[in-house]
Amino acid sequence: MVIIKKQEVKMMRKRFLSLIIVVIIFGLLPLKAEIELVGAGATFPYPLYSKMFAEYYKQYGVKVNYQAIGSGGGIRQLMARTVDFGASDAYVDDKGIKKFPAPIVHIPIVAGAVVIIYNLPIDSHLKLSPEVLADIFLGRIRKWNDEKIRKLNPDIELPNKDIVVIHRSDGSGTTFIFSDYLCKVSSEWQKKVGRGKVLNWPVGLGAKGNPGVAGLVRQIPGAIGYVELIYAKSNDIPFASVKNKKGNFIVPSLESVTLAADVPLPDDMRVSLTNTDSKYGYPIAGFTWILVYKDLANCGMSREKAKALVDLLWWMVHNGQKYATLMHYAPLSEKAQRKAEVIIKSIEFEGEALIK
Amino acid sequence: MNLRFRLLFDKAFKIAVAILSISVIVPLILILFHIVSKGVSSINLHFLIRDQNLSESGGSGILNSIVGTFLLITIASVFSVPLGIIAGLFLVEVKSKFVEFVRILVDVLHGIPSIVIGIVTYLLIVKPFGGFSAISGGIALGLMMFPLVVKSTEESLRLVPYSLREASFALGANYVKTIFRVVLPTCIKGIIVGTLIGISRIAGETAPLLFTAFGNPYFNINPFKPVNALPLVIFNYAMSPYEEWHRIAWGASLVLVGIIFLLNMTTKIAGKKWEVQF
Amino acid sequence: MRQDSLFNLALYFGGFVAAMIMVIMFGILFKGSVLSIKNFGIHFFFGEEWNPPMEKFGLLPFVVGTILTSILALSLSLPFAISLAVFLGIYCSRGIVSNILRHLSDLLAGIPSVVYGFWGLFFLVPIVRNLEIKLGIMPFGVGIFTASITLAIMIIPYMSSMIVELIKMVPRELVEAGYSLGATSFDVVRKIVFPYIKSGVISGIILAFGRAFGETMAVTMVIGNVNSVPKSIFSPANTMASIIANEFPEASSGLYLSSIVYIGLWLFVITFIVNLLGNLIIRKFRVGENES
Repeated sequence: MVIIKKQEVKMMRKRFLSLIIVVIIFGLLPLKAEIELVGAGATFPYPLYSKMFAEYYKQYGVKVNYQAIGSGGGIRQLMARTVDFGASDAYVDDKGIKKFPAPIVHIPIVAGAVVIIYNLPIDSHLKLSPEVLADIFLGRIRKWNDEKIRKLNPDIELPNKDIVVIHRSDGSGTTFIFSDYLCKVSSEWQKKVGRGKVLNWPVGLGAKGNPGVAGLVRQIPGAIGYVELIYAKSNDIPFASVKNKKGNFIVPSLESVTLAADVPLPDDMRVSLTNTDSKYGYPIAGFTWILVYKDLANCGMSREKAKALVDLLWWMVHNGQKYATLMHYAPLSEKAQRKAEVIIKSIEFEGEALIK
Repeated sequence: MNLRFRLLFDKAFKIAVAILSISVIVPLILILFHIVSKGVSSINLHFLIRDQNLSESGGSGILNSIVGTFLLITIASVFSVPLGIIAGLFLVEVKSKFVEFVRILVDVLHGIPSIVIGIVTYLLIVKPFGGFSAISGGIALGLMMFPLVVKSTEESLRLVPYSLREASFALGANYVKTIFRVVLPTCIKGIIVGTLIGISRIAGETAPLLFTAFGNPYFNINPFKPVNALPLVIFNYAMSPYEEWHRIAWGASLVLVGIIFLLNMTTKIAGKKWEVQF
Repeated sequence: MRQDSLFNLALYFGGFVAAMIMVIMFGILFKGSVLSIKNFGIHFFFGEEWNPPMEKFGLLPFVVGTILTSILALSLSLPFAISLAVFLGIYCSRGIVSNILRHLSDLLAGIPSVVYGFWGLFFLVPIVRNLEIKLGIMPFGVGIFTASITLAIMIIPYMSSMIVELIKMVPRELVEAGYSLGATSFDVVRKIVFPYIKSGVISGIILAFGRAFGETMAVTMVIGNVNSVPKSIFSPANTMASIIANEFPEASSGLYLSSIVYIGLWLFVITFIVNLLGNLIIRKFRVGENES
């Protein structure tokens, strides 16, 4: 028979209580000391943001917890005010802005390229035209050695393989940029599928995040997909050169994206860069933004935290830009930077500007 | 039936069973083997004591995820164990029709998909409180652990013979004292075993954490902030294209399976040693 | 006396909370789905299109995906699980080998879903892909077939431990009586053991079906994530659980979010019914067993 003695019970109770107190103190202590910002959103700039936030923490001691759950997720969580900032490569249109409980602003950080990756034993860049791209993703062109592809690439030996389309399964700004482009160059695409972060894809497999698409394309022979440039480069996945509006086949790069970003910029910086008029600009490019509430008091933060957030944003569009070039993202042009500064300065806390 | 036929069928059956069993055991052992062999290469001291390090290639660690998993387990236990014990007591001590109803509900809760629990926790806690946190993740996991604690409490309580209570009453103790000083201490070890079983079940759950714990590249034991966990690491890194991340995911898988294995072993040994005996 | 009634109150409180958990869960799911229910009603179940940009939502692709994978997984796993259980329960029920196998089986039953998904992604998918190349169909590698196999592998240890437990419950006298009458072990299994545990096995199958139905992580990683009704066994698809995992974080519009929560509600109701059935059957079995 086991009957615990009275003294033992008392001692166990004391030990247990003290353990709980220690854990609580331990856990809540950092609450006072460090500022931690929570953000969520696009996978498009994730490699860059990881680097930026790690460097920012080293220099300023502010922790930024960024989870790449997709642009759609970033927008949604900002709407629900469960995060301090959202990140998206799809800007929120006027209809969407009304859904937010309070006004928001878009701060552009960098511009990137949506590149077409494929799994073929080809060394050089495959040449693709807008019509062919639309046909492939509509499911009209099903084999790699189709006439239309061969015509564009006379000196490449194309295999008699099925084209396996890979698209995003989650709400993606990268999808938005790509579909925005396809809408502009293909009326059939515009009618049948449209533009958006989540689409009713006619063909293909879904993968989660830019990493997921890159992963699947790497594994499936004959696959084709769309990812941000850095994902193709860091995984040595071959990508295509795309014919732009002026008829030139452009290889996506920092330079060609910078050219594409040279467009008239609206004050709120919500602009699309696809199907650029620039002669040597890459046609499938886009800005990526960080979204915050205009008045940060709306987001349940303290003034201290709001200031930290605004300081982070200021840094990202100034000192942080040097990391962009390292990772083949196009840094903001001077014009864009000016506009971004104005937007950041307009961010308030309880009606008072945070950066003067 | 002819004797020869029956003996033939018997032999054939034995062989069929043997073949099928071996053909299923082999792949299952292979799975374990794969996990171990792939994971072992990532596991070294650095891996276990460093946090996620995204900017440098100096090798990332999973310390923050291991700590996160333990934090979540602790929070889940804090929520589900006391409540589970009381509910278990309710099922055994109270006599009414309501009891049967509750018992069925608890049993069915056991089978509810973890993703549904994740949705509910998001809608109930994350959204209204305006943030992701270890607590919301812990509550989601606690909901999954709850039925297991209740069941093991109920079963352990039933094993205590009524004569023990009668003896306690005979010595002048009232009902409450009997429960707390005699009955519960007798079966507390069975309850602990049940809790361990519950923990080994929730340690590997991912779905409820997707919308609650959120993830965190930094070391964190503050329950009000987001936290990372081993299953989240595995899920996120597995579907990436980077070889480096795959290695980390295998290492995390091995650590997770290892923790669950230890919990299982502890449960089995403790279960044998701590059986209610008279 | 006051302590006693306070204690009783606490107990009732505990039971009440336990019951309220399910009620609250249903309530939240229902409240979240109201918009979608108003819009689609019961037709949601049969809607073939899941088109968020056009705000058209239908469950059918995911219902088909879920049912196909669950049934396939169950059918694949059943013969193996039963054989393993017979092996461990009757032919090899004692000894070192038996102990090792049983511990192994328990360990495998404890491996988390996400690890199975990871393993499936790296070991099963390439194998299925090679098979598809040989068969001349699209070399996805992921799809219903792969997801079903992964699920089946997950279910086998779980089911076989359950059946071994049931086999152990058969009274030894019955088995020995059978042997003493000249039955072979095949006869014993067929005519004594299985009829005895039949309802338990059925309950186990139902519960395993419920588990396969709601399985999320392993399935999400290997099913291909395509939101249309699967046309063949090698098609990529989505299950009710995996579509929630994919699209819940960003369902922003009222109708979109509401439709996803509606899927959660359906999942809740279906697994509720399935588990209720399984539990009731096994309860009857246990009661019947105790009486004998």
